[in-house]
Amino acid sequence: MPVFEIRIHSRGGQGGVTAARLIALAAFYDGKQATATPFYGAERRGAPIVAFVRICDTPIRTCSQVKEPDLVVVLDPTLLPTVNVLKGLAPGGTVLLNSPHKVALDGFRTVTADLTGIALVLDLVIAGSPVLDTSVLGVLAKIGVITLDSAKRAIAENFTDARNVAAAERAYQEVAA
Amino acid sequence: MAEIPKEEFLLPTTSACAGCSSSLCLRYILKASGPDTVLVIPACCTSVIQGMYPKTAFQVPVYNIAFAAAASCASGMSAAFRALGRKTKVIVYAGDGGTVDIGLQALSGAFERETDFLYICYDNEAYGNTGMQRSGATPVGARTTTTPGGKTHPKKDIELIVEAHRPPYLATACSAYPTDLFQKVKKALAIPGASFIHILAPCPTGWKFPPGKTIEVGKLAVKTGMWVLYEREYGRLAISAPSKGAMTRPLPLTDYLSTQGRFAGITPEQVQELEGEIARRREHLLREVE
Amino acid sequence: MHTIATGNRGVAEAVREAKPGVIAAYPITPQTEIVELIAQFVAGGTMAGTYIPVESEHSALAACIGASAAGVRTFTATSSQGLLYMHEMLHWAAGARLPVVMANVNRAVAPPWNVWADHTDSLSQRDTGWLQVYVATAQEAYDTTLMAFRIAEHEEVLLPVMVNLDGFVLSHTMQPLETTPAGDFIPPLHLPHAIDTSQPAGYGPLTGPEYYYTFRWEMERSMRDARQVIREVEEAFYQKFGRRYGPSEEYRMEDAEVAIVAMGTLGREAQVAVDRLRGEGIPAGALRLRWFRPFPRLDLAGREVVVIDRDYSFGFGGVLARSLQATTPCEPYSVIAGLGGQEVTYADIAGFVRQRRPGDEYWFGVDAGV
Repeated sequence: MPVFEIRIHSRGGQGGVTAARLIALAAFYDGKQATATPFYGAERRGAPIVAFVRICDTPIRTCSQVKEPDLVVVLDPTLLPTVNVLKGLAPGGTVLLNSPHKVALDGFRTVTADLTGIALVLDLVIAGSPVLDTSVLGVLAKIGVITLDSAKRAIAENFTDARNVAAAERAYQEVAA
Repeated sequence: MAEIPKEEFLLPTTSACAGCSSSLCLRYILKASGPDTVLVIPACCTSVIQGMYPKTAFQVPVYNIAFAAAASCASGMSAAFRALGRKTKVIVYAGDGGTVDIGLQALSGAFERETDFLYICYDNEAYGNTGMQRSGATPVGARTTTTPGGKTHPKKDIELIVEAHRPPYLATACSAYPTDLFQKVKKALAIPGASFIHILAPCPTGWKFPPGKTIEVGKLAVKTGMWVLYEREYGRLAISAPSKGAMTRPLPLTDYLSTQGRFAGITPEQVQELEGEIARRREHLLREVE
Repeated sequence: MHTIATGNRGVAEAVREAKPGVIAAYPITPQTEIVELIAQFVAGGTMAGTYIPVESEHSALAACIGASAAGVRTFTATSSQGLLYMHEMLHWAAGARLPVVMANVNRAVAPPWNVWADHTDSLSQRDTGWLQVYVATAQEAYDTTLMAFRIAEHEEVLLPVMVNLDGFVLSHTMQPLETTPAGDFIPPLHLPHAIDTSQPAGYGPLTGPEYYYTFRWEMERSMRDARQVIREVEEAFYQKFGRRYGPSEEYRMEDAEVAIVAMGTLGREAQVAVDRLRGEGIPAGALRLRWFRPFPRLDLAGREVVVIDRDYSFGFGGVLARSLQATTPCEPYSVIAGLGGQEVTYADIAGFVRQRRPGDEYWFGVDAGV
């Protein structure tokens, strides 16, 4: 299996880095090698950040930024006008968007899930921000990047609030591929 | 009372967190100081707020210097300007970590030598720039990433330490009262020698409250007496107007503590300790004013 | 515990296993997670020992020196400016022959401010008498930190050890990590010169020209003996835990005609470049140097050498390239890359090899060469 590379776009404070870590952990529980790398600097809320995940059957020796992702995840749709989230994504590549309605992006396969809506319904909101980094794993499970069982295990180990696992399960059910 | 000028010296849309006290304070400080000013800043949130090369968010020169060295750097810079016959105002703008901890030696030296400058400490009671670890200015009971169970040692009294150097002007301020801050900066800059202003800078990110509540939290700090607004000109104490009510009828401390997630685990004993400290300080100040 | 964890966590977990009596540290990006985890472990009762949140890095190391002098195992961590601020005390800890272990999360030095990976911070401290090792994975960070205590405290060494890990690229990257209990791998510390009020002595007093040099010679003697101690400790680690390292990690070097030499994560990235170059018919190999002090005697005979320095010594050259030239016959193509976190990929590294010119220096990103 060649290395599967994911790039996650979000804003500081939305959990993009946490999502990367949880995805890598879930992949690890699936028996894979995985790494998660954030790209950020000093701590600042609201600034656009990028995080990378690599999944492979063999040890991953590269830590440089993901240049040609197989999957792009966009947790905050307001990033679309200002950040080139599609950079390096091969034609036909997959984009996973947090959005309440279907979004079409020419030449790419889009998967949408209303992660914000799920968070609000479950009242999974911390310091005014809907929690997105746990529910997104449900979507990744649906498209086969990780298994749902491993996703739930990774989430449960890191969050005592059971609504996080529920959010992932909901996202798994609701995702429109 | 001086009029507050309209000109802005801090450009909008800096990379400060939503609800940041510091960027609010900087606007008023620079309005008071004007364009012939240099800000000397050690490592702190402002190091990031100023923006990344090749841009700057400030309309005055900003000199970045190592964490421990802001006051000593300012000391040299001020001496140089005076030697050149220039009246350029040198203002150190440092966080609490860079003042009460790693910057303390330089601060003491600069004040002992009566450096002609203004030292402003904006205090968010932790190391904000690196992710909210404790500093010597963190109060008892506050949770930080290095005091997960709440800080046990009391907040270092930097005002007392600076006062021991007998500065011509020392004042406290709070981001919730920007016009009060403006007036104090104007006054400090008009007095030659080393002045000190200590600003309480409630921090939504670190203190764990919603970004829209920064002013409310600051006002509660003052109204509960947790933070006292005052000035000392050549040591002579004057309590500032917003603090007068709290001198006789302070709000319960819990009104302030309950607004912030960092105090979520504070014990009743710690609350008592804080209340005792507030009461002691109040008595002390009232006696002095008489 | 077998999980995914950051390089910083790898260090913190190893420190917990090593059970130091005193940890004194000061936060600095990107080291902060190490300090925060240790504070949490201590507060949560899962780690014995006292954590002192000191007011500066100079004080952090000074506090460790005091604790170590009392005969207690100590640890600290820092980066960049913090390491520079400690500089005077780095000399002190080594001269005082104290087995302090420090994790340094490699970060560029200011000005201008830069928080990303760069080796100038630790390499600029290469003369202080500290042992220095550079790791490239979270697992290696854990394993090497454990070994560092045993090496530092060995009676033939008794010198402090600095474990270096690249800022963000390793410190914040999550990778597989297996933490195995150390058991009796690190014997209890017995410091021969620990302060003993029943046998009072002066520590580090004024010493005249007729004696001072003998202390410096003793330090060097121990630094030389450390080579063998490192070998023995790494062998013992392998016997107990099944993981082996060495003075350097070699990849496809047996029949390599051109060797890529680097330290830290770029040394591992270079392995991916090697695979790519081999696919093009270029017989490349990668040598990731781990122990920088004591500096090894490498045999690079018959090979072309491309050295990647994530650092620079102004007016002189890349520290790794010049160190190699000084200690073994070679004419390296000296590449200066990765400063301040400059992105360097395996594709870039393959490019360095393809464009190599023995004896030249190339600053990646800059048009002018030497």
